[in-house]
Amino acid sequence: MIEKNGIVESVEEIQTDVFILKVKAPQIAKEAKPGQFCNIKVSDTAFPLLRRPFSICDIDVDVISFQFNLVGEGTKILSQKQKGDTIDIIGSLGVGFDFSGGFENALIIAGGIGAAPFPFLIKNFSEEKHIVSFLGGRSKKDIIEYKLKNIIVSTDDGSEGFHGNVVQLLDSEIHKYDNANTKIFACGPNSMLRALSEYSIEKGFDCEISTESVMACGFGICQGCNVEGTHSDRFLLVCKDGPVFKAEDVKL
Amino acid sequence: MNNIDLSVKIGSLVLQNPVMLASGTVGYGNEISDYTDLSKIGGIVTKSVSLHPRKGNPPKRITETSSGMLNAIGLANVGLDAFIKDKIPFLKDIGSTLICNIAASSIEEYVECTKTLDSEDAVKAFEINVSCPNVKDGGLVFGNDVNNVRVITEKVRAVTSKPIIIKLSPNTASIKEFAQAAKDEGADAVSAINTLVGTAFDIYTKKPKIKNITGGLSGPAIKPVALAKVLEISRNVDIPIIGIGGIMNWKDAVEFMICGASAVQLGTVNFVNPSASEEIIKGLNDYCVETGITKISDLTGSYSL
Repeated sequence: MIEKNGIVESVEEIQTDVFILKVKAPQIAKEAKPGQFCNIKVSDTAFPLLRRPFSICDIDVDVISFQFNLVGEGTKILSQKQKGDTIDIIGSLGVGFDFSGGFENALIIAGGIGAAPFPFLIKNFSEEKHIVSFLGGRSKKDIIEYKLKNIIVSTDDGSEGFHGNVVQLLDSEIHKYDNANTKIFACGPNSMLRALSEYSIEKGFDCEISTESVMACGFGICQGCNVEGTHSDRFLLVCKDGPVFKAEDVKL
Repeated sequence: MNNIDLSVKIGSLVLQNPVMLASGTVGYGNEISDYTDLSKIGGIVTKSVSLHPRKGNPPKRITETSSGMLNAIGLANVGLDAFIKDKIPFLKDIGSTLICNIAASSIEEYVECTKTLDSEDAVKAFEINVSCPNVKDGGLVFGNDVNNVRVITEKVRAVTSKPIIIKLSPNTASIKEFAQAAKDEGADAVSAINTLVGTAFDIYTKKPKIKNITGGLSGPAIKPVALAKVLEISRNVDIPIIGIGGIMNWKDAVEFMICGASAVQLGTVNFVNPSASEEIIKGLNDYCVETGITKISDLTGSYSL
């Protein structure tokens, strides 16, 4: 669905170069599921030409939050939006997380801005789930703790928490969890997701990964966001078959 | 809403209005139908179909450039059998004119696809893609040689009586010769332009931004080139032209028609604004009212040089 007149409620820089944009978009907010994304037109001109895809970070009644890093021209324009500005959003798109099932432990693994989809997922977990958030980053400044629970941190440079990557951190804690009662939900750079997928498959953990890709349309027509599938003759599309995949279903 | 006649004729093909959706930018219709009422569109040109399924190119397939985008999808498609079995049932009921785009690696393949689809009642016309820049074994290899375009048009003409549109490449010195060849061999129309070959590099990794190295440039960046090609054909060859290239709004569509296009196709804009087609049809109608045009076909080639 397209909401051409989403209304900006606020843009807040929660830490250096990390922003939370809140947009009132009632129709999309009503149908959105954790792990889905929206494709946002950041300007009403031909620059930038294409929409920019963002995970849904959280939903509060009819307001959708997006969390993003300042990386280029598109996010720069977005970071400068003012309360009351209108914004053109397509959403909610793609396949989100499957958080049904009887697992007791929900392990969230996020690399840097990969933390974005998890506040909304956490909100949707039933109360009895035991949630632990493993956050990895190159350095302390890359760790985003916004609305996450029971946080354990790793940094590549050792500036905060465990000195190493987030998969090594998980490995150091994994003895606490039984693979029959635990599910892993992950989002982050492809290198991290690749390593985590191999690890979780080897250890027998159910694992879902949220992937990202450059895309034009976001709803299956441009075919630009393809990813190699494990069981499929055709390429899978991040926008339609994903962005959330079972770890064993894609080759990143 | 008024008395403007928006219908256009392209050879023997009649469209309810001049706004079509370009091949490769609307899939097989079902995805975009969530965003726009396809029954209001003049025509829909389906994703290129080839005899056998094609997986397409590996990632990364697209990148944004200044007011444009590069793509190298590589004609990924379900193949002719699945197209007929799985896609036509949806497409036949959309209430718009269905045009099948055919891409092939050999002249025989063009002929076989056309022949097979000719018996499908839902298919009202063919667009022959002789100009895809993103596959090694077809498309532009044909599109760059006027004799190949001549032979393909002739052979395809022999197996169907439905209208044939030849989709031309801009990656050539003289597009009018290709349009003339298409006309000589019995094509009903030409569509122009396909994408321009381009590339983009990351300055730190020094690698191309798309895996295929080069891709097809589309979007507003190419509109002036497309207009010049349409005008060149219009001034030199007596054949209906479907204008394509960077149309973002109704004003762009009007500009193409003034330069000689009988109809237009929307491509990249569908990715950005999937309801653009309806907005453009309304804009064209309002323009006719504003400027006192009663038949939109009068706009075609109305340039004053």
